[in-house]
Amino acid sequence: MAVNKKAPVINNIPYEEFKDNETLEQLIQELNAGGVNVCVAPLDKLIDWGRSNSLWPLTFATSCCGIEFMAVAAARYDMARFGFEITRNSPRQADVILVNGTITTKMAPVLKRLYDQMADPKYVVAIGGCAISGGPFAKSYHVVKGVDKILPVDVYCPGCPPRPESFLYGMMQLQRKVLVENFFVTTNRKEHDPYDKAMDEQYVELLNAQEKA
Amino acid sequence: MFDFEIVTSWLHEALTSVMSEGLAVLIECVLVGLGIITLYAIFAMIMIYLERKVCAFFQCRLGPDRVGKWGLLQVICDVLKMMTKEVVNFRQTDRLLHHAAPFLVVTASMVTFACLPWNKGAQIIDFNVGVFFFLAVSSIGVVGILLAGWSANNKYSLIGAMRAGAQIISYELSIGMVMLTMICLTGTMSFSEICDQQATLGWNIFRGHIPALLAFVIYLIAGNAECNRGPFDMPEAESELTAGYHTEYSGMDFGYYYLAEYMNLFICAGIASTIFLGGWAPLVIPGLDGFNAAMAVVPGCVWFLAKVFFVLMLLLWERWTFPRLRIDQLLKLEWKYMLPMSMTVLVIMALCVSFGLTF
Amino acid sequence: MSNQIIPVVVAAADLHQHLATLKGEGYDFLELLTGVDWGEEGLGVVYSLTKTSDGTMTHVKSVCADRENPYIDSVTDLWDVANIYEREVFDFYGIKFLGHPDMRRVFLREDWQGYPLRKDYDESSNSDICLEAEPISDMAVKYTIKGDGTLHEERTPIFTDDDYVVNIGPQHPSTHGVLHFRTALDGERITKIDPHLGYIHRGIEKLSEGYTYPQTLALTDRMDYLGAMQTRHALCMCIEQAMGVEVSDRVKVIRTIMDELQRIDSHLLFFSCLAQDLGATTAFLYGFRDREEILKIFEKTTGGRLIINYNMIGGVAHDLHPDFVKDVHAFIDHMRSKKVGLKEYHDIFTGNVIFQTRAKGVGVLTKEQVISYGCTGGTGRASGWHNDLRKLRPYAAYDRVKFNEITFDEGDSFARYMVRMKEIEESLSIIEQLIDNIPEGSIQEKMKPIIKVPEGIYYSAVEGSRGILGVYLESKGDKSPYRLHYRSTGLPLVAVMDTACRGSLIADLITIGGTVDYIVPDVDR
Repeated sequence: MAVNKKAPVINNIPYEEFKDNETLEQLIQELNAGGVNVCVAPLDKLIDWGRSNSLWPLTFATSCCGIEFMAVAAARYDMARFGFEITRNSPRQADVILVNGTITTKMAPVLKRLYDQMADPKYVVAIGGCAISGGPFAKSYHVVKGVDKILPVDVYCPGCPPRPESFLYGMMQLQRKVLVENFFVTTNRKEHDPYDKAMDEQYVELLNAQEKA
Repeated sequence: MFDFEIVTSWLHEALTSVMSEGLAVLIECVLVGLGIITLYAIFAMIMIYLERKVCAFFQCRLGPDRVGKWGLLQVICDVLKMMTKEVVNFRQTDRLLHHAAPFLVVTASMVTFACLPWNKGAQIIDFNVGVFFFLAVSSIGVVGILLAGWSANNKYSLIGAMRAGAQIISYELSIGMVMLTMICLTGTMSFSEICDQQATLGWNIFRGHIPALLAFVIYLIAGNAECNRGPFDMPEAESELTAGYHTEYSGMDFGYYYLAEYMNLFICAGIASTIFLGGWAPLVIPGLDGFNAAMAVVPGCVWFLAKVFFVLMLLLWERWTFPRLRIDQLLKLEWKYMLPMSMTVLVIMALCVSFGLTF
Repeated sequence: MSNQIIPVVVAAADLHQHLATLKGEGYDFLELLTGVDWGEEGLGVVYSLTKTSDGTMTHVKSVCADRENPYIDSVTDLWDVANIYEREVFDFYGIKFLGHPDMRRVFLREDWQGYPLRKDYDESSNSDICLEAEPISDMAVKYTIKGDGTLHEERTPIFTDDDYVVNIGPQHPSTHGVLHFRTALDGERITKIDPHLGYIHRGIEKLSEGYTYPQTLALTDRMDYLGAMQTRHALCMCIEQAMGVEVSDRVKVIRTIMDELQRIDSHLLFFSCLAQDLGATTAFLYGFRDREEILKIFEKTTGGRLIINYNMIGGVAHDLHPDFVKDVHAFIDHMRSKKVGLKEYHDIFTGNVIFQTRAKGVGVLTKEQVISYGCTGGTGRASGWHNDLRKLRPYAAYDRVKFNEITFDEGDSFARYMVRMKEIEESLSIIEQLIDNIPEGSIQEKMKPIIKVPEGIYYSAVEGSRGILGVYLESKGDKSPYRLHYRSTGLPLVAVMDTACRGSLIADLITIGGTVDYIVPDVDR
């Protein structure tokens, strides 16, 4: 018997009012395709529920959108209501990186490294025109034309900068996306354990090669 | 007043009637252990929820309100998330120490948690040098913090851990002095006896009047510093050191620090209410027998929790109002002001006790 | 009133001597140092000097004809701020400054090819995505010229082996953006700071050269987003004055009011962020709560909250919202109220003994230092330097309002904080004087469909939220600027951090960084 994943529900907001439901439905279809285990599915649901309501953002802002992000955290918009309460300064403890602002050529490796430092599950939200496509600076010699060139982006949140309501909408879309995830099958980290002996040897070789160069 | 000892002795008798003494004690130990862990987890969740809501109200916000009624399930979400989050391993760190550190911190706070007197007869760890034991065990936590900073191979962590070491060890002196002051008044180091005494003679803060009040204030400040809470959150000082000694921890390893931070606060408030505000002892006003009888109807654990949450509120209020101190100011505060002051209070208390000036 | 400038051309050999003489004559503030590529004529630099006593300016230009290996004498010994300005010119034009102690790139990666602001820069010489970590050199380069006319390169280490170097940034909660301080520590004490900029360098000046004048306006708001009104005001004013367009009284008054609202907005954010950095989270939220009121006023009239796009060449984009006057009055009353607003900030934060001990006597800058570093705005005024352009060279409607220029003599972090808090009060008073009698008139002068600025060099400046915000505009008579350079308010403030922080603790770095109040996208442009 299969227990199917259902369309994600956000408190107080009807499903139809969200845009881009098709993507989610497609995701659900893919997940349901092989049938879902009857024991694992409810657990999965529980974990997704927990995760989606506790997305702690990394304090990361490069420019204007960062100020609006602060406004979202402040009294009037108060993202703490949704459980995005605690902005963590250490990428290890954050769940979602909100790319607030322009990413330049010099910043790109730093951003990539930040993303790599985050622990799974991790999500990326591109906030604002600059992060989505380079925005008004797309013609510049020093701007990365869209953060999706270096990171896998989950949600795009347009605007320059997006209004706080738009931030919240973007975060809710991310919540919906998290709600249709499979924990037990797909999202676990596939990278090697750094303590792996074989990896260690590779690393030593790499170091030696570097020293020689 | 209901004596919890009736329950425990009944249980013990029931068990010994069907099995040997040793086995019965073993089963009791397991039961008590499970009890501590459950209570620990429950109170940690309550604390986290409380802090979020209280700070939200201080800041003209609403705080979590989407998950469950008034956001009551928020903390459960956080716990679920943290438990399923990846624990990152690093090259070039001391793996054993790195993963042992959070357990040390949590163990220290769990053992101190067991020292709290919940009700008359409901105390898990209780012997004649209870206060001494409490002080000794609570300092294990600092080892965990220092190890966390050292093993992570991260400069921020290291600075944070060094700060924490200096801070916690310094403020422990004040706490020790304050405890000594109160022991001077009560004449016993056992938590249960301290509570029993207060149930009959009145709360220590009234009995010891001026020196006890001063000691209470010093304890609150030093206790807050001991828990690394703002305005003394130097070790994690977010704006300087990103996340201080736990910068490199993720998932549940970080969760342990997070839990321990809140539970240390709870324990700090619990000890404050035990040694100053009577623990589970109800409010007794000599002469008003009807009032006293009415007060005694309220169960001891309710009294205890009410006092703890009162002290917690004081601490939260302080946390969300003050900016953070600087490390040199923090150490100056301890060594130049608080320590001499607590010594003076000790002397005053000793004089009061020896001249019979206490109630 | 024309804002055209005609720089005195000085040969490279006499330049240092000439500037030293000017400095002796009282031109002791290097307001702007602009690198320009004049094509055939060569690469060169325009120095804009100001007398701190009365605000008069003079401009000096020097050209080096050799495009392959250009060099000019450094003036770092005359003005400290020249250090970072000259590095900027080296970064963009490749002009080497002889005798400069640290001639490294400042904005771009150290392995960057070419000099992007040169007219012959090849866009394809660098890929826009490079995921390899930037190589950070530990050597400062000093160029001198040898007897036979060849350049001599001298390398000295920036940090010694004994320094415990901590990277503060580029991703750090209290650098206010993406700024990278390599900080050498002795215990917790700071021995040296080496700032790395450019993590948000978007090449706005180069982009502007390819845009028409109305298009260049769009980029100004995104530089100093807390001085969006003022930056755009500066550029509009520069273009208008260059074209000889006089805007109506109504526009002048509206611009003045908007500038002041923006200043309050910026100072509130300054307060909030400082409180946040020092750990007083509640004060942060109080500041933001009141800031929302200003944003609401902005939004009603302009439609934007942060990026406002309000000033246009020859006027403003929209007329005021009918509720504007009422809302502004309500806001003024709110800020001055005895229960909330400023009173609350002083209660919760200013008067707090912890804050006072952390701010008083921390990061002291003397008046000589701030002038030499060109730290305008609140940072300069906290050290007793009267540099308020609204008083020195009044523009818009500032000549018809009464207000005090707030100055302190202490020069420490607390003085810098108090300057901002008092300036909020002054700004409220300026708005109050203007709000009830905004003159009638057109909000937009009639402009030609294609705006062309007559050939020449123009310079206009306004008092931004955090200092003098200048616009250097060079036109060849086309519909795009030939060179558009902004005097960033933040760049000198970042440059002064090393001086201000030495000998302080790490925690003081946060206090000092918070109180000098730089905005990184404005520093990097």
